[in-house]
Amino acid sequence: MTEQNTPLVEMKNISISFGGIHAVENASVDLFPGEVVALLGHNGAGKSTLIKVLSGAYKRDNGDIMINGETVDIRNPRDAKKYGIETIYQTLAVADNVDAAANLYLGRELQTKWGTLDDVAMEASTREVMGRLNPNFKRFKEPVKALSGGQRQSVAIARAILFDARILIMDEPTAALGPQETAQVGDLIKQLKREGIGIFLISHDIHDVFDLADRVFVMKNGKVVGHARTGDVTKDEVLGMIILGKVPPGATPGPGAMKVV
Amino acid sequence: MAETIRSTTNSKTSAAAGQAEGNIVARFFRATEIDTRMLGMIGALLIIWVGFHILTGGLFLTPRNLWNLSVQTASVAVMATGMVLVIVTRNIDLSVGSILGFTGMIMGVLQARFLPEMLGFDHPAIWIIALAGGLVVGALIGTLHGVIIAFLGVPSFIVTLGGLLIWRGATWFVTSGQTVAPMDVNFRLMGGGTEGSIGATWSWIVGIIACLAIIAAIINARRQRKRFSFPRRPVWAEYVLVALGCVIVLGAVWIANKYYWPINIARRYAEANNIAWPEGGLLISQGIAIPVLMAIAVGIVMTFIATRLRFGRYVFAIGGNPEAAELAGIKTRWVTVKIFALMGMLCAIAAAISTARLNAATNAQGELDELYTIAAAVIGGTSLAGGMGSIAGAMLGALVMQSLQSGMVLLGIDSPFQRIVVGMVLVTAVWLDTVYRSRAK
Repeated sequence: MTEQNTPLVEMKNISISFGGIHAVENASVDLFPGEVVALLGHNGAGKSTLIKVLSGAYKRDNGDIMINGETVDIRNPRDAKKYGIETIYQTLAVADNVDAAANLYLGRELQTKWGTLDDVAMEASTREVMGRLNPNFKRFKEPVKALSGGQRQSVAIARAILFDARILIMDEPTAALGPQETAQVGDLIKQLKREGIGIFLISHDIHDVFDLADRVFVMKNGKVVGHARTGDVTKDEVLGMIILGKVPPGATPGPGAMKVV
Repeated sequence: MAETIRSTTNSKTSAAAGQAEGNIVARFFRATEIDTRMLGMIGALLIIWVGFHILTGGLFLTPRNLWNLSVQTASVAVMATGMVLVIVTRNIDLSVGSILGFTGMIMGVLQARFLPEMLGFDHPAIWIIALAGGLVVGALIGTLHGVIIAFLGVPSFIVTLGGLLIWRGATWFVTSGQTVAPMDVNFRLMGGGTEGSIGATWSWIVGIIACLAIIAAIINARRQRKRFSFPRRPVWAEYVLVALGCVIVLGAVWIANKYYWPINIARRYAEANNIAWPEGGLLISQGIAIPVLMAIAVGIVMTFIATRLRFGRYVFAIGGNPEAAELAGIKTRWVTVKIFALMGMLCAIAAAISTARLNAATNAQGELDELYTIAAAVIGGTSLAGGMGSIAGAMLGALVMQSLQSGMVLLGIDSPFQRIVVGMVLVTAVWLDTVYRSRAK
């Protein structure tokens, strides 16, 4: 059981500011293996910024990041990938002038013994991964630009899981998708969860993530309002946390909780 | 890249061809997968050639003029291959002409002043040491530009605009403005001319090797497609492609071999070797010029770098989405530095060709070449918005630019008017390209 008590990720007292504005102040979140944690808050609440500290896009000013209980130093996206942290950005972050295989392996290309790109091997495993995620996907030779939103999303997700991620960060994963594709992403999240991957879901829309998440963290004005198991609170109570910063009885208050009850 | 461009056009042409199934032309292009864009450029080139041929009364499409054209194109074509990578990553390099001037001057001084003192005149190692010196200097200048652009955050336009002035000024300081001449005997071979051509036999050998390479490439591509059960071209289309490639290569060799040594040089050669002067004159083929072979080799190496290596993949990914490339863990700044260093080295190769050809290193060498280089890359389909371009296209673009210029020279058009025409052609070409791209979407 002690194994279970060590979080996969623990971010402690993280602060980061841009030109005097505190984007994130003294925020702490944690994530256990096989758990889905939703990070909620309005636009500008600091949730994306906080998570970009974990994915290596931003460098924190203060605070510690622990992976499996060990303090780690994440300075750039390469460091994060080294610890098995993969991120799917809201903007999808794909190079849309190259094809799916090139995007999946971007920055980690397979090479032949001559040091040239092993396109054959990359394409083969791309076909395998995409076949598992999205069996309808057939357009392997076309630049990603030519794909639909859902297909691009599946390329972005395939890229994250291709390298055996242990921690998956999904920033507004369904924002650009239609209902059917959203359901597909939901199924995928459940499948990844069964494989023991810890997942951070970031969203400003509670309905997107409430049913998928095991726990929610709510942020407001750069601070953590509080966190709760989704079983212990209702959607309305979580909305209260998001809008007012009011912490319901079922939740644990954080530094950003409303002072006057 | 050529591949990506081709694949987009393919999807378009195949969609278009679906409607006009019976159309034999559409079916031909779909089956052979010839890039229509590239074909358009070749078409434009042929129109220019035939047009000038008629206007000059049959002076343009002669072995002599075509051979000269190939030699004149070499220097800019070499630089254009590097400019593709620069522009693909949404940068620009305005300093290539000045770097050419500076590295040319360094190579000139090395081989005409320093090395003969140390090694003696006409020492066989002089040319290679001079060339290596030029390459190192070019790479250092490019690295400096790249570091300022990538790590200090100064836009490439400004850095290389500064470089344009700085290296042109530095060229002057190397010899206080004096022209350095003559060049080393072996170094001069890189400039073409009678000595710097490989003759008929070797030209045929090169041509046959090229044909074998084309056949091997097509067989290999077919095998790869088969392995992954991609749609394959019909067999007849493969044969057409092989035949087309070989005819072009062997045709070019044949033309190069049809250009004979000038009569005075041939006479001197005959006297020196005790050959009796025949009735109709002694016909010794020039064959392919060495600078042309150098440019083709550079083109092949650069295409390999751009399509087969990680570095090339990163260049195109950065051009497509710099943020995504950065987030994917690519060291985008180092890639930028490497691109500019490579560009500097290509400038040195171009400088070797042009100083060898002129048999002198001068202050003004390479002036305005930056503009011809950029124009060649852009006419060749490199998008200034980044992410798209091909090496072969840029080299063809260089040939188009040079054809226009030498055609106008043959017509006796004044040089101010030549510039007006080149400028208009550039703008028109990019406009046509914009139209093409917006249609392709």
